[in-house]
Amino acid sequence: MFTYSLKRLAIAIPTLLVLIVVSFMLMHAAPGGPFTSEREIPPDVLANLNAKYGLDQPLWRQILSYVWGIVTQFDFGPSFVYKDRTVNQIIAQGFPITLTYGLISFALAVIVGVSLGVAAAVRHNTWLDYIAVGTSIGAQVLPNFVMAPILVLVFTLWLGWLPGGGWQGPEYWIMPVIALSTSFMASIARITRSSMLEVLTSNHIRTARAKGLPERRVILRHALKPAMLPVISYLGPAFVAMITGSVVVDIYFSTGGIGKAFVDSALNRDYAVMMGVTILVGALTIFFNLVVDILYGWIDPKIRY
Amino acid sequence: MVATTENNVATAQVTKGRSPWADARRRFFRNKAAVFGLLLLVIVTLFALFGGFLAQWSNEELDYNVMGQVAELGGPSIASGHYFGTDDLGRDLFARTVQGTQISLAVGVVGALIAIVVGTLYGATAGYVGGRVDGIMMRLVDILMAIPYMFVLILLLVMYGRSITMLFVGVGLISWMDMSRIVRGQTLSLKGREYVEAARATGVSAPVIILRHIVPNLAGVIIVYATLLVPLMILTESFISFLGLGVQEPLTSLGALIAEGAGTISYGTVWQLAFPLLFFVLTLFGFFFVGDGLRDALDPKDR
Repeated sequence: MFTYSLKRLAIAIPTLLVLIVVSFMLMHAAPGGPFTSEREIPPDVLANLNAKYGLDQPLWRQILSYVWGIVTQFDFGPSFVYKDRTVNQIIAQGFPITLTYGLISFALAVIVGVSLGVAAAVRHNTWLDYIAVGTSIGAQVLPNFVMAPILVLVFTLWLGWLPGGGWQGPEYWIMPVIALSTSFMASIARITRSSMLEVLTSNHIRTARAKGLPERRVILRHALKPAMLPVISYLGPAFVAMITGSVVVDIYFSTGGIGKAFVDSALNRDYAVMMGVTILVGALTIFFNLVVDILYGWIDPKIRY
Repeated sequence: MVATTENNVATAQVTKGRSPWADARRRFFRNKAAVFGLLLLVIVTLFALFGGFLAQWSNEELDYNVMGQVAELGGPSIASGHYFGTDDLGRDLFARTVQGTQISLAVGVVGALIAIVVGTLYGATAGYVGGRVDGIMMRLVDILMAIPYMFVLILLLVMYGRSITMLFVGVGLISWMDMSRIVRGQTLSLKGREYVEAARATGVSAPVIILRHIVPNLAGVIIVYATLLVPLMILTESFISFLGLGVQEPLTSLGALIAEGAGTISYGTVWQLAFPLLFFVLTLFGFFFVGDGLRDALDPKDR
C-alpha cells in the first residue's frame, strides 16, 4: 500500500514539472512580448523592463528560476499587466470563492448522484428507476453554460426568487452550485446505477441474502462498496471539469472566482496570471488524481501495489 | 459424391449465415432509443446541409426594420421571413443557427476523426509492440491526461490567435488520448490470436500487421467511441465559444449563439437562446443515443 502510494507520487511530481515547463515554453514561443504595444518603447526602458522581469536571461535560467520560485516559495512572479499586483495576490482573491462553490457542488453531485443511482438500481424497472434514468439522460445535455442562462431566466427573471449574480451570501451560492453540479450528478447517477445493478446480481450478494441479512444491510454494507469503484474513477475527471466549469460560473454569475482571473488575464494577454492559474489547477488536478488512485487501491483489494 | 457436394451447397444457401455486421445492424435497429437518436441526427444534418435554402435572409444581412427594436419586432414569425427571429443586431437567427449547426457538427466530426487516426495508431502501436515502449507511451498519455486541457487550450487560443484551424488543432490534441487507451487495451487481447501469430510466422512486418490485421478488428470499438466522442467535442467547442474564445464573427457556432442568447436574456428575447439551445440539445441527444445503441450492438463485452 505504501509503495503503491509512493509509485503514484513518483508519477505525479514529473507530471507537474512537465506542465510548468510546457506552459512556460508556450508563453515564451508566443508571438509578441509582454511589453509589445502600439507605442514604441525606448530601447533603454525596454532593457530595464526586461531586466526587472528577468527576460534578458537565457531561456533555461528563466525556466529554472520560475520553477524554483514556485517550488520553494509558491511564488508565481509578478503580473505582466497590473504593475502593483503579483500573480499570487490575484489568485488568492478568487481561489477561496472557487473552492467554496466548487466543493459544495462536488459534494452535492456525489451525494445526490450516488443516492439516486442506488435507489434506481434497488428499485430496478419501477417508476423511480425510469424517473432517475430519464432525468440523468436529460441532464447530460445540460452542461454548466447551458444551465446557467436557463436558471437565470427562470429563477431571476421570471420568478424573481434568486439574485442573478454577485457573491455576498448563501442565496448567491444556489444557482452557481446547481449550474455546476447538474451534469455531473447525472453522470454519477448513471454510473452508480449500472455498476450497482451489476453488483446486485453477483454471488456474494446472493449469499448475503440467503443467510437472511436485512435488505438494508445487504445494500449498504455488501453492495455499495464494490459498486463505488467505477464512480471513484470518474471523480478525478469530474473534479477537473468542475474547476474548468468555474470559468463559466464566474463569468455568468459574476462570482469573482479564479475563473474570472483566468478569463480576464486571457483577454488582457496577462500570460503570467494565465500560467499561474493553469499550473495551480494542474497541481490540484494531479493531487486529486493521486487521492483518487490511493482511495481506489484501498477499496479494491484486487489492485496489486 | 457430386450429389453430396451439390447438396451441401444447397443447404449452405438455405441457412445463409449472418455476418457479425448484419447481426449488429439488427440489434441496433431493435433499440428504440438508438433509432430515435439516428432520426434526430438525420434531422439535424438535413437542417445543417439544406436549411440554408429555406432561409429568406443570409446570415450576415442586417434587417434594418427590426434594428433597435429587436425585443418587439425581432421575434420569430413567418411573415417577416425570420422563422427563428433575429439576433440582437437584426441578423436572421434561422440562417445563423444553420451555420452554427454546420460548424459545431464539423468541429465534432473533425475532432473524432483526429481521435480515430491518432488514437488508433498510437494505441495499436503501444499495445502491439508492448514491453518498455508500451510503458513509456502509456505513461506519456497518463501525464498528458493529468493536464487541465481546457486551460491549456484557452492558453493556446489566446497566444496564437483565435482561428477555426487553431480550434481544430486544439480539440484534436486532446481527443485522442482516451481512444488510444481503449485501443491499446483491445490490441493487447488481439495480438495473442492465432491469425496474428500466423501473420508473424509468415514474416509480415509489424506495421503491416497493425494496419491489416489488428486495426480492422478494432473497428467496432473505434466506431462506438468515436460516436461518443463527437458530442464531447461539440461540448468542448461550445464551451470555448461561450467564453468568446472560439469561432470568430462572422462565423458562428451553437456555443457562440447560446452565449449571445444568454447575454441578451434580460431584454426579453428568449428565442435567441431557445432556438440554438434546441438544436444543441437535439444534436447531443442524437449522438449520445446513437453511441449508446452502437455500443450495445457492437461491443461484445456487454452481450
